[in-house]
Amino acid sequence: MKKNWWKIIAVLFVLYTIIAGFLFKVPAQPILHETIRNLYFHVPMWFSMMTILFVSLWHSIKGLSNSNIESDIVASQAAHTGMLVGALGLITGSLWAKYTWGAWWVADTKLNGAAITMLIYLAYFVLRGSIDEEQKRARIAAVYNIFAYVMLIVFLMILPRLSDSLHPGNGGNPGFNQYDLDSNMRLVFYPAVIGWILLTVWIFTLRVRLEKIKRKTLIDE
Amino acid sequence: MQIFYSIDGNEGEFVVCYNPNRVWNPVRVEGKAFLLGIFQINCMLFLQVKYLVAKEVKLEMRNKYALGGILLYVVSTIFVSYLSFKQIINPATWNALFWIILLFASINGVAKSFLNETRGKLLYLYTLVSPQAVILSKIIYNSLLLIVLSGLCLFVYSVFIGNIIQDLSLFLLTLLLGSIGFSSLLTMVSAIASKTSNNFTLMAILSFPIMVPLLMVLIKLSRNAIDGLENWDLNYLMVLVFLNIIIIALSYLLFRYLWRD
Repeated sequence: MKKNWWKIIAVLFVLYTIIAGFLFKVPAQPILHETIRNLYFHVPMWFSMMTILFVSLWHSIKGLSNSNIESDIVASQAAHTGMLVGALGLITGSLWAKYTWGAWWVADTKLNGAAITMLIYLAYFVLRGSIDEEQKRARIAAVYNIFAYVMLIVFLMILPRLSDSLHPGNGGNPGFNQYDLDSNMRLVFYPAVIGWILLTVWIFTLRVRLEKIKRKTLIDE
Repeated sequence: MQIFYSIDGNEGEFVVCYNPNRVWNPVRVEGKAFLLGIFQINCMLFLQVKYLVAKEVKLEMRNKYALGGILLYVVSTIFVSYLSFKQIINPATWNALFWIILLFASINGVAKSFLNETRGKLLYLYTLVSPQAVILSKIIYNSLLLIVLSGLCLFVYSVFIGNIIQDLSLFLLTLLLGSIGFSSLLTMVSAIASKTSNNFTLMAILSFPIMVPLLMVLIKLSRNAIDGLENWDLNYLMVLVFLNIIIIALSYLLFRYLWRD
């Protein structure tokens, strides 16, 4: 129980996010209206994705330096979990875009970044699938993961700063901090971010355990 | 002759002396001797790279069909586009078509750098030179190849499809930096793809998504050159230079984990 306190926090915070996110008062804004509540679900997904992809990168670097197969399992499962939250982020974002911008998909640097992230990690899984030997796969996938993550950071962090975006806080659009003058939204938003990140990490640890059991039973057979 | 390498960088101070009688003996070197060792590593690296680039050029000159094939690929692709488009006046279309042709030609040109190497030849290289020298020489050679390729592409493209570039010097600078970036990225991806079973398909799958950041900056800069904007967009130029440096640094650091089989 002592080790699992953060799982309890994750459940409580996510529950709070769902209840408070749908019931609490939000600023009335034109165009956005009630869809402003999507802030508690859409934005934390990207935070969780970047966190878990960073975990993946970290274990890839570790795997290269100690050539331990466990780091490879952790890195690949982190990437899988990252794709899961990334897909959720795309779905919530797409719904939001339909209501506020009028289309499921628009030409925007951040949307391109999300799409490229998915493509890069799908390519990573294809690369993993095409190498049979375990040690070799671990090493080569780690090299690609590091290479891809750095290019991704450039794409997600630097390029959007150089061009306009439809997203709040970019290209002259007001950010959410300007709508949320009495800080009511922050009361839900910050727990939401922590809750979703912790939940993602929990899913990731479960995946790692499952994968280890799978490999173990394979060896036993 | 003695060649010094640092191995893996784990311990830092471990330097391997390569003796003429081919015995690998790790020696712990500290202080001044370590600095001297680093200096010698760099000197040796430079010499090895020089030698390897010369070797690549010599091999290419010996078998001119491969080079000719790539150049012909560009020319015939442009001619096919010319037959369907005739003249292009719209800058966006002109730019997009140019970069798409160059992208595919580059992938075809660079893909062979590792995919065509036989296992025995690579093994022989690895006993003689450091992995950093191998990747750097390949990057330099491929950069030269892509600079020639993109120059030819620009020439033929402007003859057939029409030249609408207003700021040629910015366009050429973009092309130069783009060639270096393409070559370093594709060389690394080609090294990764050569380790797998279905390597040519994988080459495209792996390279396209990570090339997008580079490609977006290139397209933006070349569009500026076509429109002939008065001031050069230094932000994008800086990002482009920065991307090139990052790609080359990553290749330099990561390549040694790829060739260990």
